[in-house]
Amino acid sequence: MIHLQNIIKQYGTAKNKIKAVDDVSLSVEKGEIFGVIGYSGAGKSTLIRLLNGLEMPTSGSVKVGGLEISSTKGKQLRMARQKVSMVFQHFNLLWSRTVKDNIAFPLEIAGVKKTEREKRVIELIELVGLKGRENAYPSELSGGQKQRVGIARALANDPEVLLCDEATSALDPETTDSILDLLTGINERLGLTIVLITHEMHVIRKICHRVAVMEDGKVVEMGDVLDVFQSPKAAITKRFLAQVTEPDAAKEAIQHIQENIASGKLVKLVFVGERTEQPVLASVIRKFDIDVNIVQGNISHTQAGPYGTLILQLVGENQMVEQAIDYLHEQHVQTEVINNA
Amino acid sequence: MRDEFLQNVDWDKMWQATRETLYMTAMSTVFTFVIGLALGILLFLSSPGQIWANRFINMIVGALVNIFRSIPFIILIILLIPFTKLLLGTIRGPEAALPALIIGAAPFYARMVLIALQEIDKGVIEAAKSMGAKTSTIIFKVLLPESMPALISGITVTAIALVGYTAMAGVIGAGGLGTLAFLDGFQRSREDVVWVATILILIIVFILQFIGDFLVSKLDKR
Repeated sequence: MIHLQNIIKQYGTAKNKIKAVDDVSLSVEKGEIFGVIGYSGAGKSTLIRLLNGLEMPTSGSVKVGGLEISSTKGKQLRMARQKVSMVFQHFNLLWSRTVKDNIAFPLEIAGVKKTEREKRVIELIELVGLKGRENAYPSELSGGQKQRVGIARALANDPEVLLCDEATSALDPETTDSILDLLTGINERLGLTIVLITHEMHVIRKICHRVAVMEDGKVVEMGDVLDVFQSPKAAITKRFLAQVTEPDAAKEAIQHIQENIASGKLVKLVFVGERTEQPVLASVIRKFDIDVNIVQGNISHTQAGPYGTLILQLVGENQMVEQAIDYLHEQHVQTEVINNA
Repeated sequence: MRDEFLQNVDWDKMWQATRETLYMTAMSTVFTFVIGLALGILLFLSSPGQIWANRFINMIVGALVNIFRSIPFIILIILLIPFTKLLLGTIRGPEAALPALIIGAAPFYARMVLIALQEIDKGVIEAAKSMGAKTSTIIFKVLLPESMPALISGITVTAIALVGYTAMAGVIGAGGLGTLAFLDGFQRSREDVVWVATILILIIVFILQFIGDFLVSKLDKR
C-alpha cells in the first residue's frame, strides 16, 4: 500500500542543513496498523506528512496506493489526499462549525451533494459514538470527543489510508485507550491501513502490527511488534520498552533488592505468545532445589498476542541456580541475568 | 425653557447632517470592509510559509498599506482632491468624501485583518489542506469563518474611526454633523448646535459599538 524508498528530507539553507528524514525506506501492507515511534525531533512528524504530500521529499520516492505522491501536484494531489486522510494531535477542528458540520467539511470539499452529505454524517457520528452531540460546538466537547470528531472527519471520504499524527498524545490514559479501541475497530471493520506516529510505547503495544523506531531522522529498528518487544536491539528501543515493562516503582524495588540482598541472582524473563500460558515457573520450582522470589511481573496484550515480563530472585546453590537458568532457556523463555548478588 | 436653550438648533438641518454622516459612514465602511479584507488576505497568504508565499508581493502590499495608514487623514483628503475630482467630477458633497475615507481606512483595516488571520490555529489550515481543499475553499470556509469575530470587532473599531473621519471631511465640504458643528456651531458661537451634533455623533458611535459587540458574541463559539 505504502512504499518509501530512500527518502531524504532536508530543511534549511545551503549552509545550515538539517536532515529531518535521513534515508528512510519502508513498506506498509494494506490493512496493516504500522507504528512509528520516536522522541520529538526524531523526524516522525515530517515522515508522516510525506505520505499525503504536506511535505515533499528532497530525494527518494513516496508511493501510496500506486500513486507517486512525491511527483503529484495540483488537482491530482488534492484528489489523492481525500483517500489518505489525517488525524491530528490537537484535533484541528473548526471551532466555528458544529460537530455535524465539521464532519461534513471534507464531504463539501469532495463535492458531495447536501442530502448525501447529511446521510453520511449521521452514519459517521454513529460509527464514532457521538450520537446526541451532533449540534455541539468543539468548545463544548471533551478531548476524547473532539478526537472522535477528528476521526469521523478523517473517515468521511472512505479513505484507504489513515494517518494518525500523535492522535492520543493530548489525551488522558483512559481516553487514549478508548480512542485506540476505536482505531482498532475501524481497522478491522473497514480494512483500513493505519500509519501512526507516537512517543508512547503503550500505543504501539496496544494496536500496532509492526513498528519502526526512529532516531535522528533514521529508522534504527523495524519489525513485528512482538519480535521487537521480545528482543529489542537498539538502545533507544530498550528505553521505549521500559515505558511499558518497567514502571518506576518496580525499578526502585529492583534497586533496593540489588543493594540489600546478599544471595541469589536477579533474572528477567520475557514470555511471548503461548509461553505466557504455560506453568514454566512452577516446573522450575519443582525440578530444582531453589527458592524463587517474585520481584515484579506484568503481562500485556499486543495485536499479535500476549507479552509478559517477570523479574525473579533465584536463591540457592550457585550450580542449582545456573541449571535452573539453563532449563528456562531450554523452555524458550528469554532469560536475562540482571545482577549477581 | 427648552426653546430658549436650543433656540439656534435648526432640526431640519440637523437631521439632514445626521443622514449625511450616516450615509458617509455606511458607504465607506462597506467599501473598507471589502477592500481591507482583500488586502489583508493577500498580505496573509503571501507571507512566508503560507500558500502564496511571495516575498515581492508581500513587500509591495505591506509598503502600500503602511504608507496610507501613516498619512494623517486631514492631509490625505487634501492630497486626494485631484483624484476625487477625476473620479467623481466634483469635490463637494458626501460622495466626494468617500474616496478619501476608503483609502484612509482600508489599509488600517487590512492590518487588522492580517492580525485576525494570524491568530487562526495553523493546524486548522493544515487539516483543510490534508483533506484536499483548494485555496479558495481555505479562504472562504476556513480563514474567514474562523476569524470572523476578530474581523467584526475590527470593522466596528474602523467604522467608529470613520465617523470621526467624516467630521474632518468637512474641510472639503462633505457635509455631515462635523461640518455642521464647526461651521454653524463653533464659527457662529452657537454652543447648543455643537452640543446637539456631538450628542448625535455619540449616539451613532454607541449604536455601532453595540451592533459590533452583539454580532461578535453571537458568532464566537470558542
